[in-house]
Amino acid sequence: MNQVVVDLLKKTFPDSIIEVKEFRNETTIIVKKENIVKISEFLRDNPKCQFNYLSDLCGADAYTPENRFEVIYNLLSIPLKHRIRIKIFTDETNPNVPTVSNVWEAANWCEREAYDMFGIIFDGHNDLRRMFMPEDFEYYPLRKNFPLMGIPNSLPLPDTNPKK
Amino acid sequence: MQTSTLDYRKVRQEKIIKALGNKDTSVQFDDSLENAMVLNMGPQHPATHGVLRLLLKLDGETVIQCIPELGYLHRGYEKLAENCSYHEYIPHTDRLDYLSPLLNNTAYVLAVEKLLGIEAPRRTQFIRTIISELARISSHCLAMGALAMDIGALTVFLWTFREREKLYDIFENLTGARFTTSYTRIGGVAQDLTPEVKKMMEDFINQFPEKLFECEKLLNTNRIFVERMDGVGVITREKAISLGMTGPNLRAVGIEHDIRRVEPYLLYNEFDFEVPTFEGGDCLARYYVRLNEMKQSILILQQALEKIPQGPIHAFDTKKVLPRKERIYTKMEEMIHDFMLINIGAVPPIGEVYHAVEGSKGELGFYIQSRGEGQPWRLKIRSPSFCNLQSLPTLIHNSMLSDVVAIIGSIDPVMGEADK
Repeated sequence: MNQVVVDLLKKTFPDSIIEVKEFRNETTIIVKKENIVKISEFLRDNPKCQFNYLSDLCGADAYTPENRFEVIYNLLSIPLKHRIRIKIFTDETNPNVPTVSNVWEAANWCEREAYDMFGIIFDGHNDLRRMFMPEDFEYYPLRKNFPLMGIPNSLPLPDTNPKK
Repeated sequence: MQTSTLDYRKVRQEKIIKALGNKDTSVQFDDSLENAMVLNMGPQHPATHGVLRLLLKLDGETVIQCIPELGYLHRGYEKLAENCSYHEYIPHTDRLDYLSPLLNNTAYVLAVEKLLGIEAPRRTQFIRTIISELARISSHCLAMGALAMDIGALTVFLWTFREREKLYDIFENLTGARFTTSYTRIGGVAQDLTPEVKKMMEDFINQFPEKLFECEKLLNTNRIFVERMDGVGVITREKAISLGMTGPNLRAVGIEHDIRRVEPYLLYNEFDFEVPTFEGGDCLARYYVRLNEMKQSILILQQALEKIPQGPIHAFDTKKVLPRKERIYTKMEEMIHDFMLINIGAVPPIGEVYHAVEGSKGELGFYIQSRGEGQPWRLKIRSPSFCNLQSLPTLIHNSMLSDVVAIIGSIDPVMGEADK
């Protein structure tokens, strides 16, 4: 089933597919980030794909000088009952990727979460606020260079001294 | 200073007296948006089931806009996962959906086993199926009771808690803890299912349908309950799929999607059960889906407890599965393996997997990236409550303020899972 999808994608977007990986019967397709919206729309609307459900969208930090951040789309097709994973890379200096929240509305909060945790900026997102952390927090906690113990005084707490 | 305040009061007094003399005291606004009010519901509100905060914009009693704010229970479990071994992370999964910890344990361990490429023995798979279904009943019982309580029927809440108390007694005897169970292990479970616990489970499933029917009798034909739920919080099929609703909430719009059926894991393809669906897409449909799912869970439990075979409960793979305690103290090999597994951890090959199970709230998935180390490089929790909450603004839009509590109760979010 996944092979059909991979072949279709290779035929329709010959320049955009970078790599196809197979591990434990799961297919991961690495594509160019510029075409992610078109590929997403194709995967959603093509009758042989019908990936109408965005199961999960998440960021990841590869911690390499180039292509530092990954955005991973776990797709599910409810009518055809198959899954596929799309992956794109983006840079640290320019962590912009196009939003897919117009393709699947479920991407809205997931993209906000990825922005909150990694600082990946989704161009065209209508409400790119932090999901979990306070809005004035300066760091991106799931980046690999953020320490596990946190950064002291990065979250200002209310003054509890009664004498003041 | 003193005199000016007095002056102001005097002027105001005069104005009030004058206004009282004038018979027409009604206030009129040309634009209805001018008297829109912003109401802050939560994070400390009993009907939000935890620390969910909603900003509601009200026009009279009608909600015209709703913005959920999450993050009050964010504990950084994904960051923690990158810094502890695969075994060490199991207790943290208890704290995700704290109403069904056994299901989270099972879901996480299945994902790691898929990554490691091992499979648990058949008896363990039976035990995991049984605990998953018991956890689902426990979670749905709370959802049903809390929903009824939000609407004003306190009796059902107490009755479902009585049933959950029996379940917690079973969990305590099986796992040693009532709440934070940490029961599963990679390639096995912590303790075997003893005949005594099996008897308790059989007693529970024998009496539970009757008790559930008693709760049902209080609600299904209760006019107040039905009118508060029927046609409230409606969502269409296309919108529900696009917004990523999962689990009972997705099945309440008539989509027969259950991971136990479409991508069978554990032993679900060996048992007879139905996937209940309803067409309404409103609060009442969501309530009925949960109610019928509990009945199906009982059917699965009956079959599983009948068929459960004898045998080992741990997979035989010394490099990945923790050895038994009694053998660590007596055998050299086991001691070395235990030392390596505790200090370095079970080391999977380089790769990435996503494994989803049908949790009590919906599709509970773990996406793990491995770089051939003892810790995951990246672990993403696909939490169903997070995805269900995203549909809240759509469900609440143009409903009454009092319906908000019914809608939150019917989509059944758990903030421990939504905030991670």
